Amino acid sequence: MTSSKTKKKPKLRSISNTNPEPSAEEMKKLYREMLLIRRFEEKAGQLYGMGLIGGFCHLYIGQEAVVTGITSVQEKQDTVVTSYRDHAHMLACGMDANGIMAELTGRVTGYSRGKGGSMHMFSREKNFFGGHGIVGAQIPLGTGLAFSNKYKGTDRVCLTYFGDGAANQGQVFESFNMAELWKLPVVYVIENNQYAMGTSLARASAETHLYKRGASFNIPGEEVDGMDVLAVKEAGDRAVKWCRDGKGPIILEMKTYRYRGHSMSDPAKYRTKEEVESYKETRDPIARLMGRMNEAGIAEEDIKSIDNDVKKIVNESAQFAQDSPEPDSDELWTDVLVEMQ
Amino acid sequence: MPVQILMPALSPTMTEGNLSKWLKREGDKVKAGEAIAEIETDKATMEVEAVDEGILGKILVAEGTQGVAVNTPIAVLVEEGEEVGDLPTMDIPCVPQSKPEVSAPARMSEARQSEGKIIENRDILYAQGYVLEPPPFDESEFTEVRAMTVREALRDAMAEEMRTDDLVYLMGEEVAEYQGAYKVSQGLLDEFGPRRVIDTPITEHGFAGLAVGSAMNGLKPIVEFMTWNFGMQAMDHIINSAAKTLYMAGGQLGCPIVFRGPNGAASRVGAQHSQCFASWYAHIPGLKVVSPWSAADAKGLLKAAIRDPNPVIFLENEMMYGQSFEAPVNDNFVIPIGRAKIEREGNDVTIVAYSIMVGKALKAAEQLAEEGISAEVINLRTIRPLDRYTIIESVKKTNRIVSVEESWPFAGIGSEIAALCMEHAFDYLDAPVARVCAADVPLPYAANLEALALPQAEHIVEAVKKVCYAN
Repeated sequence: MTSSKTKKKPKLRSISNTNPEPSAEEMKKLYREMLLIRRFEEKAGQLYGMGLIGGFCHLYIGQEAVVTGITSVQEKQDTVVTSYRDHAHMLACGMDANGIMAELTGRVTGYSRGKGGSMHMFSREKNFFGGHGIVGAQIPLGTGLAFSNKYKGTDRVCLTYFGDGAANQGQVFESFNMAELWKLPVVYVIENNQYAMGTSLARASAETHLYKRGASFNIPGEEVDGMDVLAVKEAGDRAVKWCRDGKGPIILEMKTYRYRGHSMSDPAKYRTKEEVESYKETRDPIARLMGRMNEAGIAEEDIKSIDNDVKKIVNESAQFAQDSPEPDSDELWTDVLVEMQ
Repeated sequence: MPVQILMPALSPTMTEGNLSKWLKREGDKVKAGEAIAEIETDKATMEVEAVDEGILGKILVAEGTQGVAVNTPIAVLVEEGEEVGDLPTMDIPCVPQSKPEVSAPARMSEARQSEGKIIENRDILYAQGYVLEPPPFDESEFTEVRAMTVREALRDAMAEEMRTDDLVYLMGEEVAEYQGAYKVSQGLLDEFGPRRVIDTPITEHGFAGLAVGSAMNGLKPIVEFMTWNFGMQAMDHIINSAAKTLYMAGGQLGCPIVFRGPNGAASRVGAQHSQCFASWYAHIPGLKVVSPWSAADAKGLLKAAIRDPNPVIFLENEMMYGQSFEAPVNDNFVIPIGRAKIEREGNDVTIVAYSIMVGKALKAAEQLAEEGISAEVINLRTIRPLDRYTIIESVKKTNRIVSVEESWPFAGIGSEIAALCMEHAFDYLDAPVARVCAADVPLPYAANLEALALPQAEHIVEAVKKVCYAN
């Protein structure tokens, strides 16, 4: 890590994207992932509007570059944990869109057999450890996943995602302290979408540069343009390598933006329409990557074919989520405890 | 194919709203994600966004319309070159209307589940309110015993389990180099090293969450709270992260973890350091709650807790750490969770107690014997799942019951036992259930007041006489 701000540890810096030249295949893959997330979330929003999805439903639209860029650099065995805004992380981990959408509609074919819902899904197979509904709870959990990776003598890393709101939780600092003390392989990815529900970062945080939050624990941090998937990928690559090399935790502050409300029932009065529009028009992660793809001369039919694939997956998932049955009434009683024999 | 755009719900409770404004006109092109209309409810105004791209073919509900029901078609989206024409009647997916069928209302069964019947899933039957025979266990097989303190028994249980399973580790404040704030983990650092015996900073919320995360990924942590009073800082992780994950994950992912430490009053440490948490944790589905009294209990139950694939709350008592009991030395002495022990047989009255109160109940029983009352003393050992069977069977014999606990009366363990007897042994009771609890006040510091606040053997004797109408 290079340092620009201070001579001693912690090494903090604001990122400048070095604009790596990605291959056409790489860009197509990233485009596909981001588009899948966006279309999936739009469909989820639609199903919510139809009353097919209940409760809370937090959409990721606008933030696609963050999880897509990070996931592109992690290994299959790395562990992932996040908050309740989790559909995108599951799709990025390779979890099945049908299973996710069916969980949203509360059907037995969902990842949690309809007993978790939008905020609580898991996949042992994909090393995805939730999906947690309590703001900030996933931070010690992710630190513990990193602890288990190290305890078992593996070089697996834990990607622990949380928002700018959760960044003010006390348990964040408890976790930072132990993670650095015990050199745990955890990348803290702060998805700073600038609003904790309806409260802007500046109204809730005395220090708004969240990448500095590890300073008093000697944890290095970087600020990253979270609306640029290539910048995210580059920073993610460095961060994962840092952890895998046994250097302990690292913080990536992703400057991002959510287009939709905090949850479906948020009228978003706390920000102007112009602000949202300006992000959509000038910073949109999918449009920006599309620009790079056009420059690289990727054929329009290739892009169209991805669009069609994604549309098909999403439409199928919506159909599957409506056709699947609700859980059997016996499901009420199962999975409270692991059965002892 | 034309697509209908439906009046969306803004929240799960919304049934209708006003279509205040169309942002697009018929014939306009729309992109996916683009706002096409504004709707309002009594709480908010929100934009409706198009999900597909296309052309706004026809507006079906004019702007300014009030009280539009959720899921009413409000417009039709067509593809380029497509006519709205005669729309086929499209199926509007509906919200599932099925009422939940409850297959088994909490059944008030009479005891005897095991007569010729295999108990398939004890936990489910327990959750449904069944009274089940406890898991089998014959303590008389373990004849080789030696005297040990509760403190040593706890240490030995951890050491034995750590020797056979590398996934088991101990974490907490002062557990390693200091050898335990109450010396319970004495010698463990020397034997197992700092990888497995880990001193933490004073951050209960953080290290409890960290341990839960490690358990989700297959480790088997033992988390020591210096006392359970400090465990309150970790409550969110114990309940929301440890106890509920298995259910929320549809059984995919559990949390094999033990949280242990001294619970209840110590001696003259005041209100913040003196509280019994048994009923707090016993309230939570997804947790098991265990509370040993003797050294044998401590050893056999802690071994069971460590082997259990579920989160277990292990409530010790500081006043008991130094007490000595004869306990089996065999490594296989593992007491099944969910099984109570009859410490003293009797015919006239049942006294149910756990942890330090078992000793006081036995003392009371001796005094009562001198007065001609034969008391049966049940050591609960496990609080959840409560051994309902042993309690009910005893009440059927004695027809009278007194519950004893060190916690407060309101919604305490005694309340649960009273309810149990009402539901399953009402016809056998010759007197109302009596409860002996701590005084319903924060625990005072002054020696005399503290003694007044906590249940003593005399209180138990008094309660027994009351239910025996023997004053």
